[in-house]
Amino acid sequence: MSNDRVNQNQIPRISIRNVSKRFEDKIVLEDVSLDIMPGTSTTVIGMSGTGKSVLIKCVLGLMKPDSGEIYVDGENWLELSEEEQLDRMKRVGMLFQGGALFDSLSVWENVAFALLERGENRAAARERASEVLEWVGLPHIEDLMPAELSGGMSKRVGLARTICHKPDIVFLDEPTTGLDPIMSDVINRLIVRLHKGSGTTIMAITHDMKSATMISDNIAMLCQGRMHRQVTPDQLDSDQDPMLRQFVEGRAEGPLNCSIWGKEIEEAVNR
Amino acid sequence: MQLLQRIGSVAELFLAQLGIYAATLGQLSRRMFSAPRYPRLILAQAEEVGVQSLPVVLLTALFTGMVLALQSYIVFHRFAAESMISVVVSLSMVRELGPVLVGLMVAGRVGASFAAELGTMRVSEQIDALWTLSTDPMRYLIMPRVIAAIAMMPLLVVISDFIGIYGGYAICVFMLDQNPAVYLEKTTQYMELKDFYSGLIKAGFFGMLIGIIGCSEGFNCKGGAEGVGRATTRAVVISCMSILVSDYFLTAWMFG
Repeated sequence: MSNDRVNQNQIPRISIRNVSKRFEDKIVLEDVSLDIMPGTSTTVIGMSGTGKSVLIKCVLGLMKPDSGEIYVDGENWLELSEEEQLDRMKRVGMLFQGGALFDSLSVWENVAFALLERGENRAAARERASEVLEWVGLPHIEDLMPAELSGGMSKRVGLARTICHKPDIVFLDEPTTGLDPIMSDVINRLIVRLHKGSGTTIMAITHDMKSATMISDNIAMLCQGRMHRQVTPDQLDSDQDPMLRQFVEGRAEGPLNCSIWGKEIEEAVNR
Repeated sequence: MQLLQRIGSVAELFLAQLGIYAATLGQLSRRMFSAPRYPRLILAQAEEVGVQSLPVVLLTALFTGMVLALQSYIVFHRFAAESMISVVVSLSMVRELGPVLVGLMVAGRVGASFAAELGTMRVSEQIDALWTLSTDPMRYLIMPRVIAAIAMMPLLVVISDFIGIYGGYAICVFMLDQNPAVYLEKTTQYMELKDFYSGLIKAGFFGMLIGIIGCSEGFNCKGGAEGVGRATTRAVVISCMSILVSDYFLTAWMFG
């Protein structure tokens, strides 16, 4: 556990305070608070539509919360100008659910995009891209186009792009969704290697409990837009919170509100 | 009551769209005077807007000039004023038909591609990815496209003016047996410099409309593949309508 590395006197790397967000009548996030200490990995879990992606987008400045504050290393990112926000993104890496690779650029140009944008020499940027691609287990694919990659390869190229510029903080949006179990394990191991090897702070969101327990120091559960519970992976099996248990065990019945075609799950299945 | 509601909602939608385009224009203007400007991307887009649009623009201009000459001949023949055909062809092409037809063609080809490309990038989170890679998506995606459209439209119009006038020449000289020297003399005799540059000003303005509308629609697109389709359709329809409406006001302003 890299919790050992955490100094309690340190200020959190990411501090989300009382963040709320609504879309028209639908409340997506309500008074959500979460602290992520430097060098730790925190995974936010929760059912679809509970606002996990919205939370990560609010932190990254891709969405503006209606209220609340988001501090990164003590600096309120919501008060920054657009130019300042873009500048802070140099410290950040983000792995998108679908990879979000740029179709018109080759694999190495995708991976080295941040370096090329900073004016780094193309040869040096390509070399660094090759190095990172090898790290994710994909050597010799520099000149392929994203359309020529499989889902698992796209995800790993996405991860290579996320870490190529050596960010301090990495955000992972459903890093294993849509992948077969073996490829999921590969991605999880790469994330653990990144976290343990370089001490990168990680904030991930996932539905995949195996992934959550493997890559996290802390697990936070969002439920109907509210921060419901925070546990460590070790506490996950012993925690008796009914909602957390239902989610971890993947049961349809329980306090988490599931419905099929607008009916309660049991009633719908029995019909 | 229902009719009033419909009118109200259409007006609201119209104003909302207008607001989006104005906001895009405002944000672009703010960025226009500072680096980075991505010259390589501007050149790539100029090739896409200009060179790739040439075949469709040339064909449109050629046949427009030919049809104009034929139609004018039918009328002018009654008054034995066939020598004035070249005046009608050249002035119509240079003042109106060149910029408007090129504008409509480019709106269909390029405006649609801007909206579809950016819309696809939006729904596949590529635009968000640009932001997280510390790159301003507005600067990287929209600015090169709008600059390329503004710069290439006047060039396309100049070429289309010449081709349209040549289309008229071909009909008059090769089909109607007119004297080529007279045709060329009349073409330049009644044309003023203002006729020429008014067309170029219109072309630049239409290029800006096509760029801003196409890019805004794609950039703000929502709702997956269906949303991209809707954005593309809206980009073409609104660009074409805006070109026709603004053409009237530009003409009234420059020649009124």
